[in-house]
Amino acid sequence: NTANIRIERLLIKGAKIVNDDQSLFADIYMEDGLIKQIGENLIVPGGVKTIDAQGRMVMPGGIDVHTRFQMPDRGMTAADDFYQGTCAALAGGTTMIIDHVVPECGIGLLAAFNQWRDWADSKSCCDYSLHVDITEWHRGIQEDMETLVKDHGVNSFLVYLAYKDVFQLTDSQIYEVFSVIRDLGAVAQVHAENGDIIAEEQHRILDLGITGPEGHVLTHPEEVEAEAVNRSVTVANQTNCPLYITKVMSKSAADVIAQARKKGTVVFGEPITASLGTDGSHYWSKNWAKAAAYVTSPPLSPDPTTPDYLSSLLSCGDLQVTGSAHCTFSTAQRAVGKDDFTLIPEGTNGTEERMSIIWDKCVVTGKMDENQFVAVTSTNAAKIFNLYPRKGRVAVGSDADLVLWDPDITKIISAKSHNLAVEYNIFEGMEVRGAPLVVISQGKIVLEDGTLHTTEGSGRYVARKPYPDYVYKRIKARSRLAELRGVPRGLYDGPVCEVSVTPKAVTPASSAKTSPAKQPTQPVRNLHQSGFSLSGAQIDDNVPRRNTQRIVAPPGGRANITSLG
Amino acid sequence: MYFRTKKNKKTLLDRLLIKGGRIVNDDQSFYADIYMEDGLIKQIGDNLIVPGGVKTIEANGKMVIPGGIDIHTHFQMPYRGTTTVDDFTQGTKAALAGGTTMIVDHVIPDPGCSLVEAFERWREWADDKACCDYSLHVDITHWNDSVKQEVEVLLKEKGVNSYQVYMAYKDLYQMSNSELYEIFTFLGELGGIVQVHAENGEIIAEEQARMLGMGITGPEGHVLSRPEELEAEAVFRAVTIASQTNCPLYVTRVMSKSAADIISQARKKGNVVFGEPITASLGTDGTHYWSKNWAKAASYVTSPPLSPDPTTPDYLNTLLASGDLNVTGSAHCTFSVAQKAIGKDDFTQIPEGVNGVEERMSLIWDKAVVTGKMDENMFVAVTSTNAAKILNLYPRKGRIAIGSDSDLVIWDPDVVRTITAKTHNSAAEYNVFEGMELRGAPTLVVCQGKIILEDGKLQATSGSGRFIPCSPFPDFAYKRVKARKQLAVLRAVPRGMYDGPVSDFTPMSRGGTPSASARTSPTKAPIRNLHQSGFTLAGPEEAPIRPAGRRIVVPPGGRSNITSLS
Repeated sequence: NTANIRIERLLIKGAKIVNDDQSLFADIYMEDGLIKQIGENLIVPGGVKTIDAQGRMVMPGGIDVHTRFQMPDRGMTAADDFYQGTCAALAGGTTMIIDHVVPECGIGLLAAFNQWRDWADSKSCCDYSLHVDITEWHRGIQEDMETLVKDHGVNSFLVYLAYKDVFQLTDSQIYEVFSVIRDLGAVAQVHAENGDIIAEEQHRILDLGITGPEGHVLTHPEEVEAEAVNRSVTVANQTNCPLYITKVMSKSAADVIAQARKKGTVVFGEPITASLGTDGSHYWSKNWAKAAAYVTSPPLSPDPTTPDYLSSLLSCGDLQVTGSAHCTFSTAQRAVGKDDFTLIPEGTNGTEERMSIIWDKCVVTGKMDENQFVAVTSTNAAKIFNLYPRKGRVAVGSDADLVLWDPDITKIISAKSHNLAVEYNIFEGMEVRGAPLVVISQGKIVLEDGTLHTTEGSGRYVARKPYPDYVYKRIKARSRLAELRGVPRGLYDGPVCEVSVTPKAVTPASSAKTSPAKQPTQPVRNLHQSGFSLSGAQIDDNVPRRNTQRIVAPPGGRANITSLG
Repeated sequence: MYFRTKKNKKTLLDRLLIKGGRIVNDDQSFYADIYMEDGLIKQIGDNLIVPGGVKTIEANGKMVIPGGIDIHTHFQMPYRGTTTVDDFTQGTKAALAGGTTMIVDHVIPDPGCSLVEAFERWREWADDKACCDYSLHVDITHWNDSVKQEVEVLLKEKGVNSYQVYMAYKDLYQMSNSELYEIFTFLGELGGIVQVHAENGEIIAEEQARMLGMGITGPEGHVLSRPEELEAEAVFRAVTIASQTNCPLYVTRVMSKSAADIISQARKKGNVVFGEPITASLGTDGTHYWSKNWAKAASYVTSPPLSPDPTTPDYLNTLLASGDLNVTGSAHCTFSVAQKAIGKDDFTQIPEGVNGVEERMSLIWDKAVVTGKMDENMFVAVTSTNAAKILNLYPRKGRIAIGSDSDLVIWDPDVVRTITAKTHNSAAEYNVFEGMELRGAPTLVVCQGKIILEDGKLQATSGSGRFIPCSPFPDFAYKRVKARKQLAVLRAVPRGMYDGPVSDFTPMSRGGTPSASARTSPTKAPIRNLHQSGFTLAGPEEAPIRPAGRRIVVPPGGRSNITSLS
């Protein structure tokens, strides 16, 4: 009993607290997994465990917004499960992960969500939350989305523009999904690649006899990523829905996001550890297993200047959050695609390396300061997904998820020493400066002196409310402004040309069959029943008029169709 | 035909001398006389030796420019049982009156119908009625194996080198991305030009339903449901596909700033892409959709719509002057008010199209040359030369040179005209440029060596226009494409065979749904056997020929050890 109490109380002395807005020197006292006091000369109970930070930085624990632990793929499961994955995350200074629920077609979002909850609750060592991927679109899905937002604390859904005939949705479906997401106050995430073009390119490249991993990057050129980003920005603008691009892997895609932000679109871009830390030249490695380890979609760019470019955009705020898209497969699992690159299971590691790589690439190089580092590794993520200030900030009342960061440690990343279950590490041999000394998750020390003290199943599911302010303040204001009005006109009473049956209505709209957003009665629209009056609000509105009566001289004078006014 | 009754009179009329003109081509201007015979330019220079009694025109130092080429018209276009009010006679007359001596019309086959038949039907109509030379684009409104064969016939035998595909008009003309990819690939190999009507039809359909649901049924709903972003998005997508397939791209009807920006960005990145603003987008804007006069508002309905941003025309003229946009058409497609009124209760039913074939040259002169954005040479480039180059008709058309067709215009930069439906040569009741005062107009138009417009009088002959066949692989577009094709050879990495453990997996989930395009796609063989491919994993330096199925135990270059971390 006493041991328990002692562990739940913690004091960090002499810390330089780093938030996204400022850094200050103070002590931090934590109790029951929450930060209770911040300041100097704190009055704390006796016998509390004390860590002397010696002026080192203490920052909010990292939030990895994109992981795919334990992900099923064609009967296989990603090598890192929630235990292994969260251990790796904690070892790297990340104290919360947000995983993606990928429902198989026909299962339903809710069932898949519960499945993921089961897995994570029993294995996760740190707090977690879940994004839900929309892999098909019909009425049941829309209902599931409503339930997930209202009762299960999900506020982000991902749609795929790629994976033709598996996960890919059409533009109309995406328009409808975005409309639903906006109405629910959630964030629309997009896997942005043009799946149609990729499918065509895959056929072409396989026909050329290219079957190795280099075929993967040849069939996923970065233009195709940029095109899809551009298209999703367009749809998001039309539907006034906040947009979040997962896995920004190329310069062109990042440029499209930066441009869209300049034009005022509410869009966020998420580069991942892999795109910030390495490039796609390895797809041409003669070692098949090594080349295959880099296979992910969108692929790493073969342009070696890409990581530098993306870190610059991350530093200047054009890209905002970082994830790892951690989804690892063993070499034997990858080898499923040894004769056909399209069958290689996709995903790279990065949850453990994320914080250190960003520190090394961005802070050490002087692109960003430590505050911006906190912003892109935790604060912005917490804001976008409505976890702020519980997560992503060192403040009284926030969760006691902290990292004592040492900017001077130098590590060499290697598969021999990483906390993962896979044989390859795509950052193999990379020397990075900056690493966590102490990691505190839920008020408990989980990393100290290089040893992990994690407890399987201790991670809690963190529910997220809809309408995150950071995202929706602007969306709401725009919704109010975006009212459209028809022009009040006199009825057209001139000659009307006779036409044959309209060929436009011959083919039934393909989306009408499955679309949940549309009322089934809508195709038969009776314009006369609409409340809209062509003549507008006029002084004689109080004079009752029969519905079908023809207006001979409408108010405001007859519209003379032959006049050229 | 009228002249052929008296032989000596014909000879007189077919010979023509223009004296003292300033010849304006796209590269330079110079003073010289031009002598024409049998519809061709025979001599250019000073003190020409010409037969006696030849008809001579004194140009008095005025500019002589190649006749305009309107690269985009829809004359006599069938629409749901009716036809546009300007047929090939009316339309080409209007063209000639404005200084345009050649038009390129769009053949629109009904989806499911034969392209060649549609082409022949358009040929018949035009041969019957056109007063100036013409050529034809063919629109691809559906895609399957037989269409593919027809395109090949049209391209190789019928003289059609440009084909339009639609990214809009969902469930009618719209093509999926996969179909676009296949069409682009196919035309890229045969040397055709892909034209796109660039608008995202899927989102438009959603927006239309939303507008009608809100009770907006008037012409303003047309522009509200087709915001310019949707145009820009489609242009971006078309550029991406064209770049993937290494096919030259031509974007018809550039109507908005954003779409034009995407084209100029793509050109800066090296894409072979051409943009065509039209008379309407260069001359007027979309504010008229909110006119209280329904008929007036409806007369502006075209797709993509005119931009409600009134600074758009100026912007597009600037890009045209800078060379980011290359050619101009009119997309002339006129309907009477009664025809437009088909959509009086529902803007989605309003037949689409605006006038512009007659006003095109004057409008560009007024907006771009008078304002100092471009010089007269650039004016010639964007009104005729570039179009001729894209269509592979250069230098027969689009240039004043010996051997070129004698399609000429004497241009007076000082004439000021006011455009109005009362005086225009189109049969439509409305003119979208109504009341606009334009400087610059043709004073004399020579078409096929005959004087068609003189002293404000038009003497056109129905049926005198000839079909001009366009051959594939125009240099202007394909020189670069060909060079890139030679460079773009992809090679596989020679690797040892992977011989480590392989996980079990269920191949179901990814290949489960049959690919949507596999059903109709003509370019794909449905079942591919990788083992039959000629590619060998061991790379090209491998000399001994092994049986195909045998496992390579020690590949050349040493065995690749999959557990090493190199």
